[in-house]
Amino acid sequence: MENKVKVILGVIGADCHAVGNKILNHAITAAGFEVANLGVLVPQEEFVNAAIETNAKAILVASLYGHGEIDCRGLRERCRETGIGDILLYVGGNLVVGKTDFAEVEKKFIDMGYDKVYAPGTLPDQVINDLKNDLVKRGLMSE
Amino acid sequence: MNNVLLIDFGSTYTKITAVDIDSETILGTARGITTVTTDIMDGLNQALEELFQKTGKLEFCKVLGCSSAAGGLKMVAVGLVPELTAEAAKRAALGAGAKILGVFGNELSEYEIEEITNLQPDIILLAGGTDGGNKEVILHNAKLLKDLGRDVPFVVAGNKSVTPTVVKILSETMSEVRHTENVMPKLNELNILPARETIREVFLKKIVEAKGLNRANNFVNKMVMPTPAAVLTAAELLSTGGPHEPGLGDLMVVDIGGATTDVYSIAKGEPTKTNVAVRGLPEPFAKRTVEGDLGMRYSAGALLKAAGAKLIAEYAEVSEDEVADYADRVSGDIEYLPQNELEEKVEGAMGRACTSVSADRHVGQLETVYTLFGSAFVQVGKDLTAVKTVVGTGGVIINNLKPEEILKGIMFEQSAPHILKPQEPEYFIDSDYILASMGLLGGEYPDLAVRIMKKYIMRRE
Repeated sequence: MENKVKVILGVIGADCHAVGNKILNHAITAAGFEVANLGVLVPQEEFVNAAIETNAKAILVASLYGHGEIDCRGLRERCRETGIGDILLYVGGNLVVGKTDFAEVEKKFIDMGYDKVYAPGTLPDQVINDLKNDLVKRGLMSE
Repeated sequence: MNNVLLIDFGSTYTKITAVDIDSETILGTARGITTVTTDIMDGLNQALEELFQKTGKLEFCKVLGCSSAAGGLKMVAVGLVPELTAEAAKRAALGAGAKILGVFGNELSEYEIEEITNLQPDIILLAGGTDGGNKEVILHNAKLLKDLGRDVPFVVAGNKSVTPTVVKILSETMSEVRHTENVMPKLNELNILPARETIREVFLKKIVEAKGLNRANNFVNKMVMPTPAAVLTAAELLSTGGPHEPGLGDLMVVDIGGATTDVYSIAKGEPTKTNVAVRGLPEPFAKRTVEGDLGMRYSAGALLKAAGAKLIAEYAEVSEDEVADYADRVSGDIEYLPQNELEEKVEGAMGRACTSVSADRHVGQLETVYTLFGSAFVQVGKDLTAVKTVVGTGGVIINNLKPEEILKGIMFEQSAPHILKPQEPEYFIDSDYILASMGLLGGEYPDLAVRIMKKYIMRRE
């Protein structure tokens, strides 16, 4: 049990979309990870605290209500400040309001320090695959 | 006759309660002055003499004791993230009945080690990391703590993957190192009971001896636990009942002293309203908090700062200056008792302020979050709005003429609806001061202890 790679999952900010969070929790757990699911309405600080205490290898952030840019900004800096600057940061959902070109959105979040940015409609399998690949690349997981 | 004697070795008084377990009555209570410097048997003998004057000579088939003498059980708690394992460690120590001297998180520094040495804790609880989680910090802290320069008993309750290593490091210099289950095995999963029990075991084995309480061993069959732990046990029993005796359900207990105010709640504290998301560390069902800045004598000055002279003056219907004068007087002369009507009013108002502020800090809070779909609520801590039974104990409340006025501070306030205090409390007074004793008795006779509490702890309108 304790040998499983730990990841932190949650919906950031003042966002209370709970359904996708539960699906992701289920899918990522089934894929063999130990998920610490923080649920909805999660402040940045809690993502970071949880990752420190559990020695998690990735933080998976969801945001569906359009304020993702404001809520997600500064998370990488906060990780660096608390000594876990190298942790994988993934983000996905409806990150901005309206029909913005996704390439633009992706660039914005990559610049903010996220390793992967997912467009609306992405399936959990893709996230799990990316996670495995990234962890293997970093030598944190065997193939 | 089947009589049991229950003893609470306090820092100023040794309080005793004699119970007839056949007729389920309290035969009598008495107290003697504790003299830690000489022999604790002196205070006990004095109390026994007083008791026998009331009851005649009694024989006891069992004698049980708890203790808060010599400053009680003083502890330092160490964890990793201040809001997570450090907080969990603090709660475990509080639940064990300890007085918390300090809580430390993250990697300790040499300065903090010096601080811990100076605090002179009786026991150090070392936690950090969930099981399989962070290892580095607890290892780092163990390496520094082994060089404290004093032989302090340790309880290790951190990441299980490195517990053996942590114990090995500490055992190089410390003679008593116990390990137990992690206070937080998984993120946000609180597991404080094993640590609580281990702390109590160490307390009984090491601390009772170190504080000279073992001198009472010839007389006392069993020194069971620190006094606050006995009160917590009693509160839990009164709430949940014994195997065959129903309890009163969710409840709170307030104990105001000269230096601190203790608040206990026995309740899950789940949300009572809909559309509420619970955040933060899960709350222990039996929770104890201690406020070091809220008290009637030593802490009177601090109380004025914490609650504000204005609030106390409003409660007492006197001027702020009169409140300040009285607080000055009693913090200088801790034996002082109110001499006139004005002083009695201020004394009562200070008690009410202790109750109010300590309850504010004990209960959970509700925060409104505005989302695109309207407002939602986030609850941190326990929702105790539905708690009905509120028990007052301790000298300040018991000896007051209007103890229910002091307990009124527990009540939910319309002006602060986000603080989840009881909305329709009913007040009960432990006027014979039996709670700690019943915690002791409950270990052996739970049903009996519940029945005696229900009989002797009376409701006040």
